Amino acid sequence: MMISAQAYGGNGKVKEYHYTGPVEHKFSPYAFNGGTVLAVAGEDFALVASDTRLSEGYSIHSRDSPKCYKLTDTTVIGCSGFHGDCLTLTKIIEARLKMYKHSNNKSMTSGAIAAMLSTILYGRRFFPYYVYNIIGGLDEEGRGAVYSFDPVGSYQRDTYKAGGSASAMLQPLLDNQIGFKNMENVEQLPLSQEKAVQLVKDVFISAAERDVYTGDALKICIITKEGVREEIVPLRKD
Amino acid sequence: MALQDVCGLHNPPLFPQWTAPLSRSFMPEDSTHLSGGGIHGEAFSTRLPGRGGLSPLEFYMPIAEYLTESPINFGQTSLSSAPTKLLEIDHLYPSLPSISLPPPTPCPISPSVPLPFTLSHGTTTLGFAFQGGVIAAADTRSSCSGLVACPASPKVLPIHSHLVGTTSGTSADCALWKRILSRELRLYQLRHHRRLSTGGAAKLLSHMLHPFKGTELCVAATLCGWDGDDEKHEQPFTEKHANTPTNQMTASDSSGQSAAIVRSCSRICGPRVIYVCSDGLRLQGELFSVGSGSPYAYSILDSSVYWGMSVQEATAVAREAVYRATYRDAYSGNNVDLYHVTAKGWRRRERENLKEEYYREKERERKRVAERNAEKKAVLKSDD
Repeated sequence: MMISAQAYGGNGKVKEYHYTGPVEHKFSPYAFNGGTVLAVAGEDFALVASDTRLSEGYSIHSRDSPKCYKLTDTTVIGCSGFHGDCLTLTKIIEARLKMYKHSNNKSMTSGAIAAMLSTILYGRRFFPYYVYNIIGGLDEEGRGAVYSFDPVGSYQRDTYKAGGSASAMLQPLLDNQIGFKNMENVEQLPLSQEKAVQLVKDVFISAAERDVYTGDALKICIITKEGVREEIVPLRKD
Repeated sequence: MALQDVCGLHNPPLFPQWTAPLSRSFMPEDSTHLSGGGIHGEAFSTRLPGRGGLSPLEFYMPIAEYLTESPINFGQTSLSSAPTKLLEIDHLYPSLPSISLPPPTPCPISPSVPLPFTLSHGTTTLGFAFQGGVIAAADTRSSCSGLVACPASPKVLPIHSHLVGTTSGTSADCALWKRILSRELRLYQLRHHRRLSTGGAAKLLSHMLHPFKGTELCVAATLCGWDGDDEKHEQPFTEKHANTPTNQMTASDSSGQSAAIVRSCSRICGPRVIYVCSDGLRLQGELFSVGSGSPYAYSILDSSVYWGMSVQEATAVAREAVYRATYRDAYSGNNVDLYHVTAKGWRRRERENLKEEYYREKERERKRVAERNAEKKAVLKSDD
């Protein structure tokens, strides 16, 4: 949000485009690299989807930088926000997963990864990782699970969650289509995998229309008991 | 001199620790073992990083310490282990790196670095004690400066079988500090073979939060619990709706008399509500409401709560208070969670969506208006 930080001049008023006058510039260790992440949990599957655009300010750094990272055969994490912190955080998580695997001789479950990530994030309470995380995976009983986090580690289990730059646009749409919120007299059918994938594609196409930081391509990771399958769908490039 | 001994001023100042943030070697192994009582006493000062051996008179609190120190490690018996239950203290693997700690920064970031995001705030929570136990209630909306981050977040968290805590402030802080408190209480229970009282738990939480006073940590919790040793002495309460008769139930005629007996006994055991805040405030009382919607909740509670009320009445009042607060406060809303703590433990009431309540009330109002109009018409007709 470096642009918005500079939009306010010294006297507090929103400055004009040709503002001339003293402005204090301060180094900020954070940058906002955009991107949207979404996760949906079904009866026996989970989806984690993200766009692949990496931007900063008015520029696009890369059109092929997906934000989903596969952690285990049953868990995928989506991280959006500051790309530097996303990379470090995923490295730390992967190292911790390896350590767990070597000392306990089994892979971490989705719930355990979520609890561990919460403590990792809170460990940096006073200089947080600027990352919005969403974990999607299968729990011990094989049902889909989605865990959503805030940057300092508060988390809870959901059925669906959108995070990142277009989250405010996507979350209400998911509330309506998956949660059936605020709809009267509707039959609440459970979500099938094909419908969920189609819904995610539609939702991202809408997000790319209205959010400048979302676009280029969409990567969907579909997690079932057979493993993790990937699908790539092109989005608007402008 | 005696004063100097007490103050520990002979000890060389631990400045090397402050410039080498990650050298954990200064923590002697034996000082990290908790010994019996003294949760607040020496155990606290030895566990606190950077203070090992320092007397309380050394007031200087290096803020940089907290920024490189993970709050999770507070209270850990072995600081070299990672702060999760998965990697318990391993004497066999002393070289396990604590990956969650950040690499040492040459110039520590001052707390005034503006964060590019806001953390969750805004809530209505309440807790009160009455003759049938303690009621803790809260809404479920978790907001982030205008956006509802989560419409179904649990704000009343059970800590152990006879203690629940309501959370207000930053949700990450509340969730993590509740976990830390649960862990410490469980350790206490294992070491001393009895549950720590609500007052003790509140004191513990308050002292754990004290080092972070002045930082942006924001936790305002109401601990609601039932203290009591079931073996030692029975609670001579008169319960209007007792599920199981206690052995020494004093059958008294007037509720005023029983209230007096009950009050004198409740100092030792019984329902307890204590408010703990990260500013350092710790208050015991019978009724607390915390959060942006608390003024609205207080108005309902102050008029309706009294010691002798029944469980149904208390539940209804708590629900109504949260409902009214969500009605008027923009940052509270969605559902209401209600917990009831008794001598047998806490019991959770089904989470209720307040949207239905809003429509039901509209319906009731509509009916009342229709009745009033019908009465008016009848009166006018009879006048003719």
